[in-house]
Amino acid sequence: MISQIFILSSKGDHLIYKDFRGEASKDSINVFYEMVTALSGDQPPVVMTHKDHHFIHVRQGGLYWVASTKTNPSPFTIIEFLNRLAALTKDYCGSLSEKSVRMNFALIYELLDEMVDFGYIQTTSTDILKNFIQTEAVSSKPFSLFDLSNVGLFGAETQQSKVAPSVAASRPIMSSRGEQGGKNEIFVDVIERLSVVIGSNGVLMKADIQGEIRIKCFLPTCSEMRIGLNEELNIGKSQLKGYSSAVRVDECRFHQAVKLDEFDNFRILKVCPSQGEQTVMQYQLCDELPCAPPFQLFPSVEKDYVNRVLIFLKLRCDLPPKSTALNVSITVPVPKGSVSMSQELSSPDQTAELQPKSKALLWEIPRFPGGAQLSALFKVDVPGLSSASLLEVGPVSMSFELPKQTCTGLQIRFLRLSPTQTGLSQRWVRYVTHSDSYTIRI
Amino acid sequence: MPYFGSEETVKELKRALANPHVQADRLRYKNYITKVIRYMTQGLDVSALFMDMVKASATVDIVQKKLVYLYMCTYASDKPDLALLAINTLRKDCADPNPMVRGLALRNMCNFRMPGMPEYIEQPIVAGLRDKASYVRRVAVLGCAKLHSLQPNTDIDGSIVNELYALLRDPDPVVVVNCLRALEEILKDEGGVVINKPIAHHLLNRMKDLDSWAQSEVLTFLLRYRPRSDDELFDILSLLDAFLQSAHAHVSVATLRLFLNLAAAHPAVQADALLHTSAPLLATCGSASRELRFAGLCHVQQVMRSQPGLFGTHYKRFFCGYSEPSYIKFRKMEILVELVNDENVALVLEELRSYCTDVSPELAQAAIAAIGRIARTYSEKCLDILTGLLALKQDHITSAVIQTFRDLVWFCPQSTAAVCQTVEACVDNPQDSEGKQALLWLLGEHGEQISSAPYVMEGYIDGLKTELSSAVKMELLSTSVKMFLCRPAETQDMLGRLLHYCIEEESDMCVRDRALLYYRLLQRGVEETRKAVTGPKSDPSMSVLTGRQEEPISLWASTFNTLGPLSGRDLCLQTDIISASEQPSSSAEEELLPGSKDVTLSSPNDTEEEISLSLGPPLSHETFEKMWLDLEILHRQTLGFPRPKTAADTLQAALQLVKIQTLAFTPGDTVPWKAYLYTRGTGTLILAELLQEDPDEPGSEGSLVVSVKQQPGNQHTIRGFVAILKSVLQTLHFDRL
Repeated sequence: MISQIFILSSKGDHLIYKDFRGEASKDSINVFYEMVTALSGDQPPVVMTHKDHHFIHVRQGGLYWVASTKTNPSPFTIIEFLNRLAALTKDYCGSLSEKSVRMNFALIYELLDEMVDFGYIQTTSTDILKNFIQTEAVSSKPFSLFDLSNVGLFGAETQQSKVAPSVAASRPIMSSRGEQGGKNEIFVDVIERLSVVIGSNGVLMKADIQGEIRIKCFLPTCSEMRIGLNEELNIGKSQLKGYSSAVRVDECRFHQAVKLDEFDNFRILKVCPSQGEQTVMQYQLCDELPCAPPFQLFPSVEKDYVNRVLIFLKLRCDLPPKSTALNVSITVPVPKGSVSMSQELSSPDQTAELQPKSKALLWEIPRFPGGAQLSALFKVDVPGLSSASLLEVGPVSMSFELPKQTCTGLQIRFLRLSPTQTGLSQRWVRYVTHSDSYTIRI
Repeated sequence: MPYFGSEETVKELKRALANPHVQADRLRYKNYITKVIRYMTQGLDVSALFMDMVKASATVDIVQKKLVYLYMCTYASDKPDLALLAINTLRKDCADPNPMVRGLALRNMCNFRMPGMPEYIEQPIVAGLRDKASYVRRVAVLGCAKLHSLQPNTDIDGSIVNELYALLRDPDPVVVVNCLRALEEILKDEGGVVINKPIAHHLLNRMKDLDSWAQSEVLTFLLRYRPRSDDELFDILSLLDAFLQSAHAHVSVATLRLFLNLAAAHPAVQADALLHTSAPLLATCGSASRELRFAGLCHVQQVMRSQPGLFGTHYKRFFCGYSEPSYIKFRKMEILVELVNDENVALVLEELRSYCTDVSPELAQAAIAAIGRIARTYSEKCLDILTGLLALKQDHITSAVIQTFRDLVWFCPQSTAAVCQTVEACVDNPQDSEGKQALLWLLGEHGEQISSAPYVMEGYIDGLKTELSSAVKMELLSTSVKMFLCRPAETQDMLGRLLHYCIEEESDMCVRDRALLYYRLLQRGVEETRKAVTGPKSDPSMSVLTGRQEEPISLWASTFNTLGPLSGRDLCLQTDIISASEQPSSSAEEELLPGSKDVTLSSPNDTEEEISLSLGPPLSHETFEKMWLDLEILHRQTLGFPRPKTAADTLQAALQLVKIQTLAFTPGDTVPWKAYLYTRGTGTLILAELLQEDPDEPGSEGSLVVSVKQQPGNQHTIRGFVAILKSVLQTLHFDRL
């Protein structure tokens, strides 16, 4: 059982504090903050113990979400609960930040009051909570009319290639009653996280995809929704791929509310989404990429003058020509003694800098169209350079975002609300692939 | 965070709340109440406003009510007399036609933590238990637990307990779970809620209706239930089978824990359950939430203690992501080391190699140490990598590599030649004291194979005045003496200088005493010194191929899915301290005689045979037994002679002389003969078992076998302990002959 829950800002300000059992003093917030800031990197900070008091915390949105307990509970339960609390806060307040928590603290207290009683988790389902939550969210970012008209323009198209504005889904699920237009939306996101290691010879050494289908529902009530996935979706390692363009995942797990009676034959998920965000399906694919890895790097590292390293990077984006990678950033560790760097980049919107603290150079490319190839030359000054120092260059790590793209090829064929809801409801399907960890060895 | 001028703020708020104009304007009034709560959260003492807030509770606005209740619950214990004023309103609300208002009022009334409350809340709670709205029943059930915690020493009200047991059949799932929770608290002194067969089966049948939080909690309660027969057991397990693969990590892990505990007698079922859960566990290890990832990794480590092969094919899942925090990377490296086999060793090493140049020195050193662990089995490949790292000329890397070499040579003597060659070729020396000690140890032990050894040592002797660490100085002394024994011509002069400096000018007493000891030893002659100083050059107990022993699942099943695996050793130590303090008499004695029982055989930090043992506070038989079961055997050695045939008390007295306590032994000539011993040394607790098998049995040779367990682990201390124990037993044995 939980004895206290508190939310702290990164600077240690108390944003929310609720004591459920009165068995610990309010002092424990400060004790916790002192402990968490005194940590060095090598200690496991998820669980900390002070006397007979355990603190379990997660970090989300730059905030500390902490539960303290005197018993020895399941860590999975507490961590998942704190994550759920953060997700609900995000659902109700629109976004997750110090500002939104500060502005909506009354709402969060109200949520906590219904979610936990005497330290025991009562419910975290939005369907139940919405009956009890009365406070209206104060949105830190007012939903502008401009966004509204944007959404209305594209209309309710599900098989579309258009993308809903990325901020469209970050608003409170229960904003002021009576306000109309663009409210009856439902977003279905297919989100994949890619972790890849490419060896120095360009061979793919590790590839993992963790994917999920997430629904964010703004409909006040929603009857059954049918989500059709690729018909040729294979699950499990055993099935042979054959010659068709089958999409394969190793395994998948579903939210307990998902009905799977049509899944085996038609790959249709049936679900009654409740308000807010929920993950209906999680899947993973290991040790194999159905497509080429999105980026290939051709590096060359040379010793130039006495004290200078030349790093020449040629980066090719192997996405189809119509797609684009966004926010690409490339981090290259450089010798510890590096003092300065000069660079030659191919276009002005790219930036590169030497980060003295992490001893790495960071090359950022805001947009990277598929099929393109970019190169950059970095000259790093390293006093006292030895040939061994070149070994310190690498491995290169990349982070990026691939909108409208899934690496497994999983697609949503259709999205049907049945029976047809009254009023206009807009359905959005969005795909995105994030780099969880993309490492290229030199 | 208290602000300056906080008194002013409170006064201002008080004025505003009392202002009739503000009170008339609903919105403004509510705004001020919100402000009060905001200040309360920030840590400002706003208890002076209690009266005004009580007034504000009489409203139809539910949001305002909730805020005021929150305020009142916080300050009720400070202002019990004023809080009584609020009770009337609350009791009236408990009879409101709206179930939400009823539940809200009842919940908050029960949350007032102040004396005198029970008489007011008892009646509304009893009424709430029979309310037709499930929302109110949920609140009322937990209210019973709150009521009990307000008056902990009174007798348990049997009628409430019976009513709660009856409510376990409530149609509302949350009410059911709350009943379990409330009963558990109320009946804590009697061992908690009773899970008998009808209740267990009822709960199992309701599992599908519960939400995930309730599911994992019920699964924990079910741990208490023991099925009558195997048939019943398998019925339960097959009912729960689907939950092993739940999308919620906490449910699948809780189910696994239940499986492991229920099926303790069926290893095949346990193995099957572990196989089934490996996929969800691996998924948590790749979860988007870092904290969940960490919890998953810690539990994977636990599972690997019994089933090292389970995750073998998934080793790539434990490669570190570059953006992961280091506490996750450390765990992943620990797991990777365990997963190495012939097929994947090249890939794992390549991966670990790329961490060695990480910007964080701790991480780089951990990666190097991990390569060192793998080197015990695959020495050649690892040595290549480690040698390559020396070329980087980074202080922290060099130091870590040298330390790894030292451990490698100790555990894996066949790599000695290659290591010596590398050390010889390595130009720059480590700068930190651990690295220096490691290098010196290597030079001392294997000086004859490293031609440049005396010159490296001379550098250290020349720089002695600027050396700060006494540990390094002591190591230098041992090294010089050892080197003198194998290469006297080159070393004699510098050894003389070193001893002279340490005896005449050194201010650290430990170093001085050590120097004196060696000096006197050398006076006795070279052969005497050689006998005293040289020891085994490698760990005699470990052969290269012994992998980690597979532990039985029962060793860790009880702590699975608790905080234990996450907090690592700290929590174990904490419980140790608690268990030690549970014996007040012994700890008091310890305080009276601080360190009086300590006998220092030699100064600490020695590498070899000299360690100090002490008795410390006595261990109870129960504590010993528990720790013996929890710990793993770190060292096992055949002593090479049978047990001394002395009387039991002679043995006990002899061991006490060297500060080893005998806890228990089998009497007389029973076979097999066993004795349990414990002692403390260099901050660790050492437990040991002496075992003599039947001498007539083939293969046992009638020799004593000693098994040592230790917490926390320290190989040096174990070696010292075994040496002392052996010498005592040997003496006794030969005395009798």
